[in-house]
Amino acid sequence: MARTRYAPDRGLTTRMTLTMFLLGLVFVAFIALIIGIMSAAHVSAAAIIVIAVIFGGGSAFISLFYSDKIALRAAGAVEVSPQEAPELHGIVDRLCALADMEKPRLAIAPTTMMNAFATGRNSKHSVLCVTEGLLRLEPAELEGVLAHELSHVAHKDVQVMTYASLLAIVAGLLVRFAFYSELFGGGDRRDSNNQNAFPIILAIMVVSAVVYAISFLLIRVLSRYRELAADRSGALLTGQPSALASALRKVSGDMSRIPTEDLRAAEPLNALAFAPALNLRDPRASLAKLFSTHPSLERRLEELEKIQAQLGQVSPGPRAL
Amino acid sequence: MGFLDSLLGRSKPVQPKLDDLFGLPSAAITLQAATGFTPTGSGSVCFRAVEGATFGDVQSEVRELLDFDGGLPVEVTRDSYGFTWLVSSHMSDEVEALVTDLHAVNSTLVDHGFGPQLLCTVVGFRDAEDRRLALVYLYKRGTFYPFAPRSGPGGGKHERDNALEIQAKGAIGGELRFEQDVTKWMALWGAPGL
Repeated sequence: MARTRYAPDRGLTTRMTLTMFLLGLVFVAFIALIIGIMSAAHVSAAAIIVIAVIFGGGSAFISLFYSDKIALRAAGAVEVSPQEAPELHGIVDRLCALADMEKPRLAIAPTTMMNAFATGRNSKHSVLCVTEGLLRLEPAELEGVLAHELSHVAHKDVQVMTYASLLAIVAGLLVRFAFYSELFGGGDRRDSNNQNAFPIILAIMVVSAVVYAISFLLIRVLSRYRELAADRSGALLTGQPSALASALRKVSGDMSRIPTEDLRAAEPLNALAFAPALNLRDPRASLAKLFSTHPSLERRLEELEKIQAQLGQVSPGPRAL
Repeated sequence: MGFLDSLLGRSKPVQPKLDDLFGLPSAAITLQAATGFTPTGSGSVCFRAVEGATFGDVQSEVRELLDFDGGLPVEVTRDSYGFTWLVSSHMSDEVEALVTDLHAVNSTLVDHGFGPQLLCTVVGFRDAEDRRLALVYLYKRGTFYPFAPRSGPGGGKHERDNALEIQAKGAIGGELRFEQDVTKWMALWGAPGL
């Protein structure tokens, strides 16, 4: 194996694998428990479960399939051609040539907030969107942010996160369905079947709620790891980790200063964004960290410093492999 | 990128393909015979410099290496995108020496582990009417494509002579590995050595 300055981050890979393994484990346990509950009671709560899976899977599939259109519309962004934004296209052209990847479509959102996101179900249908505010960054910083977003595309993050969220979506729907069926179905019929159904529906509700909570937290952990992975790949692609770090500082500063009224409007896009729209002066900030889709600024800067050291090695020896 | 790599979010930096560059000298002769375009004798290597002293050292090593062989001194420029261009100039009939120079840049960067930073190589051509044509070699794909910026008063600022590009592809497309996906025919306005 040739010498490399671009060794993968073993620790990050391990932690990400573990998170995905746990998600899978929760999924298997969930299925087993539901089947167990149903067969123990000889009751077909199957209808509810099938409906939840169809609804959950369907909505996940639709949001994945139309993710580019949905996100662009939510951000009010407009696609731009190379003639309209030659500079932006020039930077992305070069990054894609360096990384040997398909060039995504580019869009600009008319807001002064600094941010960017990339979405789309696969590399052919992906779109990279930046805000007008982001274009105020220095060229090298802008390049860093674009490289980060291109890494999200290369890592197929939209797909991975959709599949990871599928479990939480289904579990969340089951809680709701079970609750409604108890509320509306339980009142008037007093036959023997219903006597039986109450504890089953309650059990499904409890299991689903627990699964929902656990998978929600795991998904957030996974999302934070994937942000770090995108930071890493982006910095290695441009060879300029400090330009990305400086962009992160500027964008984060900009994001936490946004007025509260805008916060609610900005939040739905967080999972895809470069930096989350989160008010850091909020007293709940430490709890927010646990639920956050993005790692803290300090953590991201720390990782970028490590990459800086890695790229600066005089002679990349076996230690880097 | 493999399934596992995208699942684990680790895109591997792409190593450059260097060998196809050596097809250039004979293709230059074919191009001249078919279209009348002759090499200008200059060519350049474009790469994204890595921050820090180590890369700077490697870069000066490359310059010393190229200046040592007695030709014209290499020129180093940075474009507005932050990419570095090393321009090597020779006489117009010394395409082989030029390609050797360009290859020296490539192999030095690769030897020091900076191969993924290489973007492209540009070799300039001109015809009797002073039209410009560049053959661009994309390191990551190992393919060539033509780039012909339209010059002169009638051409406007940023316009490509697509007809000429297609003509060039027709002339030497069989000899060199050409980039089939025209969306990858990146425009390189103001590239040094063109």
